[in-house]
Amino acid sequence: MNLKEILRVAWEGITANKVRSLLTMLGIIIGVAAVIIMIAISAGTEATIAEQINSLGANLIIITPKRGTPGASRTLVYDDMAAIAEEVRGITGVTAEQSTTSLVVKAGNNSLELSATGTTADFPDVRDVPVGDGRFFNEAELDRKAKVAVLGYGIAQDFFGDEAPIGQTITIGTTKFTVLGVMAEKGVVADVDYDGRIYIPITVVFQKFLPSQMAGDRVRTIYTQAESQETMDSAILQIESLLARRHDVELDSPDFIVQTQQDIIDTQEATTAAFRALLAWVAGVSLLVGGIGIMNIMLVSVTERTREIGIRQSVGATPNDIRWQFLTEALMLSLVGGLIGVVVGVGGSWIFGQTGEMRTVVVPASILLAFGSAAIVGVFFGYFPANKAAQLDPIEALRHE
Amino acid sequence: MNEQPIIQTTDIRKIYGMGDIAVAALDGVSVRIDPGEFVSIMGPSGSGKSTLMNILGCLDRPTEGRYILAGEDVSDLNKNELAAIRNRRLGFIFQSYNLLARTTALKNVMLPLLYDQDNHRSTAEREEMAFAALTAVGLADRADHQPHELSGGQKQRVAIARALINDPVLILADEPTGNLDTRSSYEIMELLHELHDRGRTIVMVTHEPDIAEHTERVICVRDGLVESDGRDGTNHCAQPVLAEAAI
Ligand SMILES: Nc1ncnc2c1ncn2[C@@H]1O[C@H](COP(=O)(O)OP(=O)(O)O)[C@@H](O)[C@H]1O
Ligand SMILES: [Mg+2]
Repeated sequence: MNLKEILRVAWEGITANKVRSLLTMLGIIIGVAAVIIMIAISAGTEATIAEQINSLGANLIIITPKRGTPGASRTLVYDDMAAIAEEVRGITGVTAEQSTTSLVVKAGNNSLELSATGTTADFPDVRDVPVGDGRFFNEAELDRKAKVAVLGYGIAQDFFGDEAPIGQTITIGTTKFTVLGVMAEKGVVADVDYDGRIYIPITVVFQKFLPSQMAGDRVRTIYTQAESQETMDSAILQIESLLARRHDVELDSPDFIVQTQQDIIDTQEATTAAFRALLAWVAGVSLLVGGIGIMNIMLVSVTERTREIGIRQSVGATPNDIRWQFLTEALMLSLVGGLIGVVVGVGGSWIFGQTGEMRTVVVPASILLAFGSAAIVGVFFGYFPANKAAQLDPIEALRHE
Repeated sequence: MNEQPIIQTTDIRKIYGMGDIAVAALDGVSVRIDPGEFVSIMGPSGSGKSTLMNILGCLDRPTEGRYILAGEDVSDLNKNELAAIRNRRLGFIFQSYNLLARTTALKNVMLPLLYDQDNHRSTAEREEMAFAALTAVGLADRADHQPHELSGGQKQRVAIARALINDPVLILADEPTGNLDTRSSYEIMELLHELHDRGRTIVMVTHEPDIAEHTERVICVRDGLVESDGRDGTNHCAQPVLAEAAI
């Protein structure tokens, strides 16, 4: 039989029982749609994470103390930041952060308990967190340990609502601070709620807000920005050797960690890997169930059409002709199911994307993957029934009622 | 006649089952049928007529013995080779028509052409051939009808057209009028005689003596054996076979 005839007969086989065929395809449809939607959600989430993290400054280099380093005599200090600013080539700015202990912050009748973030004047530039209103504190204010604060967007709303916050006074612990400005809205990035922060000069943190057992100038993180992607590697090397020298440790067993945005993105992606493994299981199981459904319906079809098989054999159909006919039908079921699944998957991804909350990015490879899996499932689970049909004895088949 | 026979069987046996329950449906059948013959096979129910027809029709293989069809030994062919013989050399007509349901008469008649691996004909060509075959059996105006829209006699004529489409060397008919009323039976017999007159070789199983009587030669089968073979022109069986069949 030529291909056109095989396809026509298979198509007639499927359309002869539309509802049943559709129900049979459901497993494949769900499987394929699940693969595409899940991958779209996970790709969307990853893209969002990557964008947000990158939005905190391109080419950002992050230096943190390595916790639990045996024999680490010193941790990261403020002077390390100054040394980096002075000695490392190919960077545009350096800043550092150290938080206060948890304190009660009051503004008028409102009060909140939080840790204020001590940082330097370069913070908005290096971290790409721009000031929305007013201004950030400057070097002079940093040096003279001025009691000034800049509020995150959300905090400013909470404390002052419609009132203008600039020039107002807030109390952190027992110290009064003058509000200089409000940051632009930023949201939550990599688990940090930037809108919920209060920034004060890091020198004030050293002076007033560190727990007594802590040395006076320790910093939690130093941030610096490489001039470009190209200077990144060299800047990292310079920082590592500089800090190793300053801390008097070997380069291969440092008491600090130097990371880039990419490292953090990779870490975030590792956490979504578990989610991806789960969705691979869901998709795999749906496709398996779909395949078993196809096998089941094909076995029913072979039984129902035994007489038809006998008639075809009696006029000269070979076992191969019969095998191809049923294999094609199974394959067509799974491919049509796959096609509907792709439409549902892409449409579903789009709808998820439209309803806000979740961002979805349809990955073309996922369509191929899902469709390909459907085809493999069709051949795999269609082969057994097709072979059963091919092996029928013509006389028995003709006698079948 | 020194012409090559269409059918030459030698001591064909067909055993069903094994050991104690083995049944010899055919117990050594040797027949020779020459080109252009119209032969009836008669015999009581269960005597092995269908078994013989299935072997002659290459739907089945004998357990023992030789079957030479138009000069070709087909006794030991595999499934694919048998399918090819059925497709190109034989036309089979069944008691129950065996047409594909939900398929037009034209498509039913075309069916053997789809499995013809030697000739790849275009759809137009196949349709033309099928239409000609339907015309030959007087059903040109029913080409687009499905089996459920046809009478028994019409269905059997579609089946005959299908049997003719590959221009077979032999037409086999297992009780072709078994499901038909007298009038339709008569029409079908008339059609078969017409084919015979045009030179077709036909072997037909029948229960009805008056139908067998119209053929030149009657082979009587009993208990898997040829009881009598009217090669000489005898067109009835020695003993009445039909006491039970007539019921
Ligand atoms: N597939 C089979 N398995 C076992 N016995 C069979 C089978 N087919 C036919 N027979 C037996 O072979 C004998 C001949 O059957 P059959 O050729 O159908 O007779 P007829 O057509 O003359 O009525 C019967 O006894 C029947 O029971
Ligand atoms: Mg019979």
